[in-house]
Amino acid sequence: MNEVKLSIQDVNLYYGDFHALHGISMDIKANEITSFIGPSGCGKSTLLKSINRMNDLVEGCKITGKFLLDGQDVYKDIEVNTLRKRVGMVFQKPNPFPMSVYDNIAYGPRTHGVKRKADLDRIVEEALRDAAIWDELKDRLGKSALGLSGGQQQRLCIARALAVKPEVLLMDEPTSALDPISTGKIEELTLKLKKDYTIVIVTHNMQQAMRISDKTAFFLLGDLIEYGSTEMMFSTPKEKKTEDYITGRFG
Amino acid sequence: MKAKKDGVSLFLSIVTHAAAIITILCLLFIIAYILIRGIPNLTPSLFEWEYTTDNVSMMPSIINTIIVVILTLLIAGPIGIFSAIYLVEYAKRGSKLVKVILLTTETLSGIPSIVYGLFGSLMFVISMGMGLSVFAGSLTLAIMVLPTIMRTTQEALVAVPDSYREGSFGLGAGKLRTIFRIILPSAVPGIMSGIVLSMGRIVGETAALIYTSGTVAQVCTNIFAPGSTLAVHMYRLMSEGLYTEQACAVAVVLLVFVIIMNSLSSYLGRKLAKG
Amino acid sequence: MQLRENAMRIVFMLAACFSIVAVFFICFYLFINGLPAIAEIGPLNFLGGMEWRPNNDIYGIFPMIIGSIYVTAGAIVVGVPIGILTAIYMAYFCPKKLYKIIKPAVELLAGIPSIVYGFFGLVVIVPLIQDAFHTSGNTVLAASILLGIMILPTIVSVSEASLQAVPDSYYEGSLALGATHERSVFFVCLKAAKSGVLAGVILGVGRAIGETMAVIMVAGNQAVMPGSLLSGVRTMTANIVLEMSYATGLHREALIATAVVLFVFIMIINLSFSALKRKEAKS
Repeated sequence: MNEVKLSIQDVNLYYGDFHALHGISMDIKANEITSFIGPSGCGKSTLLKSINRMNDLVEGCKITGKFLLDGQDVYKDIEVNTLRKRVGMVFQKPNPFPMSVYDNIAYGPRTHGVKRKADLDRIVEEALRDAAIWDELKDRLGKSALGLSGGQQQRLCIARALAVKPEVLLMDEPTSALDPISTGKIEELTLKLKKDYTIVIVTHNMQQAMRISDKTAFFLLGDLIEYGSTEMMFSTPKEKKTEDYITGRFG
Repeated sequence: MKAKKDGVSLFLSIVTHAAAIITILCLLFIIAYILIRGIPNLTPSLFEWEYTTDNVSMMPSIINTIIVVILTLLIAGPIGIFSAIYLVEYAKRGSKLVKVILLTTETLSGIPSIVYGLFGSLMFVISMGMGLSVFAGSLTLAIMVLPTIMRTTQEALVAVPDSYREGSFGLGAGKLRTIFRIILPSAVPGIMSGIVLSMGRIVGETAALIYTSGTVAQVCTNIFAPGSTLAVHMYRLMSEGLYTEQACAVAVVLLVFVIIMNSLSSYLGRKLAKG
Repeated sequence: MQLRENAMRIVFMLAACFSIVAVFFICFYLFINGLPAIAEIGPLNFLGGMEWRPNNDIYGIFPMIIGSIYVTAGAIVVGVPIGILTAIYMAYFCPKKLYKIIKPAVELLAGIPSIVYGFFGLVVIVPLIQDAFHTSGNTVLAASILLGIMILPTIVSVSEASLQAVPDSYYEGSLALGATHERSVFFVCLKAAKSGVLAGVILGVGRAIGETMAVIMVAGNQAVMPGSLLSGVRTMTANIVLEMSYATGLHREALIATAVVLFVFIMIINLSFSALKRKEAKS
């Protein structure tokens, strides 16, 4: 059994008057892939973004309860930028910065104080190799990242997240804007990355959750309905609502 | 087949086309007139380093103009860009302070240049004891172009996609680093187009400068000395009534400069739109 | 690290407050120098006085107020119809290729320095009027035509922007009822963009009333009530520029007081402009 990496304890979240998450509690294990599934607006992305405090950017967002990363409260014990270094994020739409491939990857390490060219070169190569895109991009490190295809951009963003050496990687529907071939490559990559990282992925696509994740959490209207091993959940769901959802009766 | 038009529609169509033609003709006529009449007057003596009443050289005024442009932008640029950063990246939308700032900025952009000139003369020249000086003129103009720089910078910052901000914060970068490394570089074309637009206004300005930087057609020896810019120089030539041809030559130089600035500004604007 | 973030945040905020400080100082200096003069001359004598004779210490700016209003009204008559129609042309009639020429042309019209406009007025418009009417060419008429051209770009760009913001569905709905292109544009789209177009006109009025250098070149600048379109006229702005260089004492303060009156005019115009823009944003 792996140890608990991230413990979510009785989390409530409000956007102004809207109560978006209702008392969510769950433990996420190290070196596993955990999927959040559920229909649009169920709160799965909201919960994901609270883990590395990206919800801080939203005006009127209030959170109660605790997120413990290795036992430290992410809202109290860890400085927010350090937290985001430890908990990296890949977004729904690929969002490379308007600069070269190299500078995109080097942005994170530079932010956290890496200055020597040799170190940066090494980090960039490693990150691109880890993201399985080194061979495609090694000859165009100086070219603008905006010229890459959507799938390449997303893997570049994964590499960019890996370059700061995070412990946890949050992925918010990382393949929803991509074609099936790129999606396949990213899923393959995600499986490979679990050896070194704890991964939490939000997905709309139940097959994707089945293919790659060890644990699955099903959300509905701000409640965590069911959470357990992916295999069990998709074969013998405990809750009626889960069964309805995974058999496609709504959502 | 085109539908047959009733009388009202036909009339409306005609007046609309006529108006557009008049607008374009006005512009073409003004430009053509100034160029045709002015270019033959662009004699070498107008570009001699020393101004005398014989050569009425515009060279000293050109140099003063460059100095005033640089000084003004050095003052208004940082203030305008920083204000826009505050309004777009920090301030809460609709807070009291933001409302007051927007109201005063709008007020500034409506104040006529002669009122700026009078204010500059009262505050900088007399009250603060700078005397008629290029610096007093630049300070006055800096306040005058501030709204332009603020507005264009705000628009450019708003146009930067939020996904860049998320991406940078998501990697653990702080707000300042995100602003200076990611947001500002993406907004550069828009900001530049505002700066260039302001340069056009500074170069063309007369009323705000007559009583702040003065009408002396000599190169200012330091920023606390007076010196006329090109537009003020042209005003002086015209008001003396003896140098109409030379004034027209100055108008050519002003016009060419404005045309270059305008094309540059809209080129930068298009570049921003393309992203 | 956190210290630097907070320090810069304060720097940004201070920069943003600069415009508040600037407006405060402008008001402060104008009012403190201008209001005593108005009090000394007497508000009624100052605002309503028909005579401006600094040598005799008589300071009535009524002719200048009227002068400003006349040339502004003239500019509206010349500039507004052409401006709005040009905006309509650009928004609804213009082929894409031509638009790429007209748009920069209008921007260029806005960029030409007012002293160059003044020169053009002096050497082209004034002689034309001289020949046509056999009077001095420096007249209300000359100033109106010149200002009309100068406010064109303001009216065109603000009106065009608000016409472009009218939803296509309005236009299509009208076409679907069998109305012609022209009727749809004028009776549906223009109506929908009404407050935006009006805002453009008001902004143009602000430009016209505040214009200085171009006006003094063509308006004649006599400080008396203009009798007709063909008499000379002095605006408030011209009054300040022309006499400031040698004025002293009460005369000088009276000029600053003229700027105060001008400033109040502009504030009223600005406030109605922003009120209209808010109205447009709401609708």
